Amino acid sequence: MYFIETREVVKQFSGHLALNRVSISVPRGRIFGLLGPNGAGKTTLIRIINRITAPDSGTVLIEGREIRQSDVFRIGYMPEERGLYRKMKVGEQAIYLAQLKGLSYAEARNRLKSWFHKFEIESWWNRKLEELSKGMQQKVQFIITVIHDPELLIFDEPFSGFDPINADLLKQEIIELKNAGKTIIFSTHNMASVEEICDEIALIDQSQVVLSGQVREIRRRYKTNTFTVQIPLDEKPFVAPNVPFEIIEQRNLQDTTELRIRKPQAYSNAELLAAIAREFEILSFTEEFPSMNEVFINTVSGKNSQ
Amino acid sequence: MNKLSIVIKREYLRRVSKKSFIILTILMPFLMVGMVALPLWMSRIKSSEVRTVAIIDATDKYESLFKDTETYRFISSVKSLDEYRNSRDKSLFAILSISGDLLQNPRAVSIYSEKQIPQELSGIVDRTLTRFLEDEKLASFNIPNIKEIIAESKVNVQLQTIKWEEDGRETESSTGIAMGVGFVFTMLIYMFILIYGAMVMTGVQEEKTNRIVELMISSVRPFDLMMGKIVGIALVGLTQLVLWAMMLIGLFIGMQVFLGGGIDPSALQQAQMMNPGMTVAPPEIGEGAKIMNLISTINYSEIAIYFILYFIGGYLLFAALFAAIGSAVNQAEDTQQFMMPITLLLVFALYAGIYSMDNPDGPLAFWCSLIPITSPIVMMMRLPFEVPLWEKLLSLVLLYVTSTGIVWLSGKIYRVGILMYGKKPSFKEIAKWVRYK
Repeated sequence: MYFIETREVVKQFSGHLALNRVSISVPRGRIFGLLGPNGAGKTTLIRIINRITAPDSGTVLIEGREIRQSDVFRIGYMPEERGLYRKMKVGEQAIYLAQLKGLSYAEARNRLKSWFHKFEIESWWNRKLEELSKGMQQKVQFIITVIHDPELLIFDEPFSGFDPINADLLKQEIIELKNAGKTIIFSTHNMASVEEICDEIALIDQSQVVLSGQVREIRRRYKTNTFTVQIPLDEKPFVAPNVPFEIIEQRNLQDTTELRIRKPQAYSNAELLAAIAREFEILSFTEEFPSMNEVFINTVSGKNSQ
Repeated sequence: MNKLSIVIKREYLRRVSKKSFIILTILMPFLMVGMVALPLWMSRIKSSEVRTVAIIDATDKYESLFKDTETYRFISSVKSLDEYRNSRDKSLFAILSISGDLLQNPRAVSIYSEKQIPQELSGIVDRTLTRFLEDEKLASFNIPNIKEIIAESKVNVQLQTIKWEEDGRETESSTGIAMGVGFVFTMLIYMFILIYGAMVMTGVQEEKTNRIVELMISSVRPFDLMMGKIVGIALVGLTQLVLWAMMLIGLFIGMQVFLGGGIDPSALQQAQMMNPGMTVAPPEIGEGAKIMNLISTINYSEIAIYFILYFIGGYLLFAALFAAIGSAVNQAEDTQQFMMPITLLLVFALYAGIYSMDNPDGPLAFWCSLIPITSPIVMMMRLPFEVPLWEKLLSLVLLYVTSTGIVWLSGKIYRVGILMYGKKPSFKEIAKWVRYK
């Protein structure tokens, strides 16, 4: 059962098709990455899930039924365009925003106090936001996103604008949220973080989903039949003419020689391994999977991507 | 607590608890009074210097008439005018020269000085001589008791303006006071719409430029967010108004005690109602109390109710427009282009109101008090002059229908505008936003 789904969502802005029949399915308790170059329509899709804008056609389902206005309490959203009231005291505005998420004053206050304690920022409670550094504001921003204990968290470009320390903290928090059974969607350009924490992804390019599935499965799907093999240093690579592989790179390391080998599609890994073993003594044998960055660039070809 | 009321509460409390609001609300009435009173008071300050005026009187008839005042000392001269001219006497401020009988030649008097002659001095000279000469002239007719006869013949007409009520009662009214009251309310509503409307715009812009708005509308409907701001700020305005009204009532009671010797005008009004014929204020009360009495003939509770109704309607209309502008632009500098038409409309309404003062039942006043954009301001001017009920009701209905329409339209623009960053939109683009789903 998927926690949240979009079905055939279409959104048109004056003369420009922002989303063209976009369907994504996010399983409960998973981290879902929404990838795509700038202007692909990620933010529009996120806004539609959040009911900030309405789709021209198509539906958003939560737990298999159509999403309602009351469901927004179950969503915590951290937009890409982040900001808070500059002149308002941190605690006061956190309570205000938490109340808008449906918490009572007392409940909001209690939860905020414990979050502030967790992040060791209790002393900021009565300070105006503008007195805080950017990094401090980001912490407050995160607390406000999760304060109502939502089942679904949506982070739009969470790592952009965060300094490395806070980005790492955020990453840890996201994993913690997943372990607590929350469902998380985040859009990002940061492919390294996708490999690290995403279970599933959807890649949107030019208003359409061009690739989706589990990260592991996608990387396997995009494999180039390339292997890294390590052999002892003193063995001179000599390859007989009829072996079913091709050495594309050879590198001498401290006490081993590393070969990059490509095999034709027709051969299985076992056949390849046997063929190599006839030539060399194998110290290690690893199949190379493409990084998400390579997948991204290959898929979004012919377009500038970041 | 629903979200709209949470937003209203924050918008209201945030502004009302500001020190600047509290200080300004308390000080404003004093500032207004001070701005009028201070120059008046300063102009009354006399210089302590006593100026000497030498009199050269060829006839010896007039010199003794001049009595020293606080500022001027009159001395009889020892030198001739030419001598003064050739050797200036710095201790003298001016030289008054009377060269002949003024009854024969009224131009035979001149005043010389190295400085500009103040109005006060020429006034003293003028009055002193005129009064003496008039008496002299009258005496020359040789009619006994002529002075008494003339004093007797002076009549001062005191026009009473009386309005007939439907039930035949007569009320003493004053056009001047009605105009004054109308003007005060017109200015008040104009200022409130402009100041608080602009406050809505700044508030909307703040949320947009702070980039908090997307976070907000993931939990609040954009319309609630906009209305929360508009209503919250309206309450701030009404709070200020109520505080001022209370201060004014306090001042009024104070003035009554001071001027009217403790006579209560409402009791007086009651006395008038009981004796329909009696339209003139009883002679034993003073002039000040009479003015107070006239001021109190205007039906303030009615005007106050209409003021609130028109303030809400007019404010809603303009505040919604201001909110739409605030949402559409990205920088404060870009608001100019969109503000212009609205400010022009408001200024037009203000002038229409001011010109309606001369003829509060004329076509300008009539039409402008029905057209929703101008009606809140122009109707304020007309109200003290008693407007037929149907006109008031029609004008209010039109105002509220239009306001609702504008609020709806602005809500559409706002919803799209607050999420639009980048270049300044054109009017055409904004019109397109209205049709977005």
